[in-house]
Amino acid sequence: MRVRNVNKSGDKIELQMTPMIDIVFQLLVFFIMTFKIVAPEGDFSIKMPLASQSTGPPPVDLPPVTVRLRAAANGELSTIQFGQAALGRDFGLLREQIRQMIGDQAGPGGSDMEVELDCDYNLNYQYVIGAVTAVSGYITPDGHLAKLIEKIKFAPPRPEP
Amino acid sequence: MRVTKRAKGAAFIEGDMTPMIDMTFQLIAFFMVLINFSEADQNQRIRLPSSELAKPPDAPVVSPITLQLTTAGTVITGVDEVPLAGVKPLLTREKQLLEATPDTDFTQATIIIRADRDAKTGRVQELIRACQEVGFVNFALRAKQEQSNW
Repeated sequence: MRVRNVNKSGDKIELQMTPMIDIVFQLLVFFIMTFKIVAPEGDFSIKMPLASQSTGPPPVDLPPVTVRLRAAANGELSTIQFGQAALGRDFGLLREQIRQMIGDQAGPGGSDMEVELDCDYNLNYQYVIGAVTAVSGYITPDGHLAKLIEKIKFAPPRPEP
Repeated sequence: MRVTKRAKGAAFIEGDMTPMIDMTFQLIAFFMVLINFSEADQNQRIRLPSSELAKPPDAPVVSPITLQLTTAGTVITGVDEVPLAGVKPLLTREKQLLEATPDTDFTQATIIIRADRDAKTGRVQELIRACQEVGFVNFALRAKQEQSNW
């Protein structure tokens, strides 16, 4: 429906644009002031009941694979130890070791195994997330997520140095 | 300097406002789409670790409780900032609230841990242990979605 802005007498009726422009600019200023670029965040879900709460027979699954993360005095990662193998500071090597262990060459898929992270008290948390990333999966060349080990738990905390 | 809008013949010259209004509405639409009101649980002091596998959850987290651990070892939850030792009373209160809420199982609640990338891992573990002692079992370690350089 077309709104005619000419009245019966033929005079042109002008719409008052000023209030609308005022409001529009106020809205624009509000959105500009509140705008903030936030990087998307994601979660690593972990189910960790308290050890003493477990009831029933002990689990018959394989014992968890231990990944030991040692820290330097300043909290930086010193070495990664996977079983008996020292892997330096390379989480890529850790991922390769995990892949070899669960044998995901036949096709990426989650494993029922469990990884226990044994970390020094003063280790910077970013390396824990690095280790969790390395053991839980990887991105395939075609951009898909290949899962490795999803069951992750922490070893009892080590004493503060 | 004043811009005179009247021509010599005294006729009123109107500027065409349409392109400006079009652009302004487009800008408003852009900012409206991108505005994020869910920043209440994000403290700028927390610099999250990054992970290439950190993907936003497909479904909303059930009864989320966000705990933010600073490098100093304090925990920010909502507007409160408490030392690590003071977390358990807060969590106990949250647990009581969840228990009092009908159709809510507090054991299904998820503790979202937003720890600073330089926080000590031992403190993160102490925080997790405090949550476990109250009765929470589901945890989500939050990380920034980014290409990793490991």
